[in-house]
Amino acid sequence: MNQGEMRLEVTVNGVPRTVAAYPMARLLDVLRDGLGLVGTKEGCGEGECGACSVIMDGKLVNSCLVPAVQAQGAQILTIEGLAQGGSLTRLQQAFVTCNGAQCGFCTPGMVLAAADLLRRCPDPSEAEIREGLAGNICRCTGYVKIVDAVRQAGAPPVRP
Amino acid sequence: MRGDAPPCQVQVPGSLGEALLLMGQEPGRWRPLAGGTDLMVPFAAGRLEATRFLSLQRLDELRAIEVEPGTITFGTLVTYSQVRQHGAVQRHLPNLVQSAKVTGAVAIQNRGTLGGNLANGSPAADSPPSLLAYGAEVELASVRGVRWVPYEAFHTGYKRTAMAADELLTRIRVTVPAPGFHFYRKVGTRAAQAVAKICLAAFARVEDGIVREFRVGLGSVAPTPVRARSVEAAILGRSLDDLPVRAAREALLADIAPIDDIRSTARYRRTVAGNVLAQMLAELAGSNGDPQSFCQPQ
Repeated sequence: MNQGEMRLEVTVNGVPRTVAAYPMARLLDVLRDGLGLVGTKEGCGEGECGACSVIMDGKLVNSCLVPAVQAQGAQILTIEGLAQGGSLTRLQQAFVTCNGAQCGFCTPGMVLAAADLLRRCPDPSEAEIREGLAGNICRCTGYVKIVDAVRQAGAPPVRP
Repeated sequence: MRGDAPPCQVQVPGSLGEALLLMGQEPGRWRPLAGGTDLMVPFAAGRLEATRFLSLQRLDELRAIEVEPGTITFGTLVTYSQVRQHGAVQRHLPNLVQSAKVTGAVAIQNRGTLGGNLANGSPAADSPPSLLAYGAEVELASVRGVRWVPYEAFHTGYKRTAMAADELLTRIRVTVPAPGFHFYRKVGTRAAQAVAKICLAAFARVEDGIVREFRVGLGSVAPTPVRARSVEAAILGRSLDDLPVRAAREALLADIAPIDDIRSTARYRRTVAGNVLAQMLAELAGSNGDPQSFCQPQ
């Protein structure tokens, strides 16, 4: 541990982890460089684009704006922790089915923002989806297929 | 990292008393850090001079929205998400709920705090116009004691505030307004994330068709958020049937001092601020003095 670093204890995707970090290091860098979880992306680094979105203690956050010191003891969900046992979640499958990803760079943040929305609002309207994803910018797709994916994931399963 | 973060020290006090003691021992040396949504941007880019931070994350006593007869008091660490979701705030302070809704997007609203929004001192912040329209007060605390300051007197210049070097903004208190007319409009490049080009909030109480109480706050049109005192003077005591819209627009020019910057121009801001003011007055006139018809549920 370098001088000035702290011992950061976090539970990431259900696994307790300990990592050395400067207290004002961005959670984004701790996840990517300290813990090797590179699914979380850096886009703007200013809290505008949502590429670095993760869920911390049950709330969607921009990991580029969270200083490590404020993540002490937190439960963090990154894109790597969403699928369980190798099978995609209903939401992730909907992104695949609806072609909700193009270059894929915004996708981890987009999927986590959508997962957060569906937890708060299980069957969202298009307006609710667009508001829930307003902090996540995609420069490829034009959003229609992303919105389709979230609608499909949110819609109640068809009963026979 | 986008820039090399300078070596820095962070203290995490366990109580408000501990935080104030530290600020009192070395006034101005410790930069309070709340949700980080403003500070982390210049910090990570190497553009922030401060290297000593006081992280307020453990001060749970400053996280509550307290509703008492006649007042609603916000702890400085209350987030925009809390503001949006709180029933009494939705009922009584709809402009503040609108402010919270248009500040960033969900991830920012989950972390950004009301106190941080004010203490950061940006003239383009989204909650100040609403707090000005509601005549809010702020509590400034230090080891020397506690004082309440009208929010209108809090911003003393661009990014300058009435806080002494050893003071922390701890609470924001709003007197619950009588039933009346609430208006909030932010103009930006898009609904989410964008920083305002201009923002206007107003509250009016009307009795027998006469405007008896009227406050207007604006953002992004001066070095600080401003209260439009000249506009208020032009409208107070006037009948809804005969609101002097042109005179109010003229008066507005004395209340604001917009500049050209990366987001807009002074000319655009003067024109659009006048247009939004006229729209607000038209809605006020159209409300016919019936409070129920224009206290919009959010």
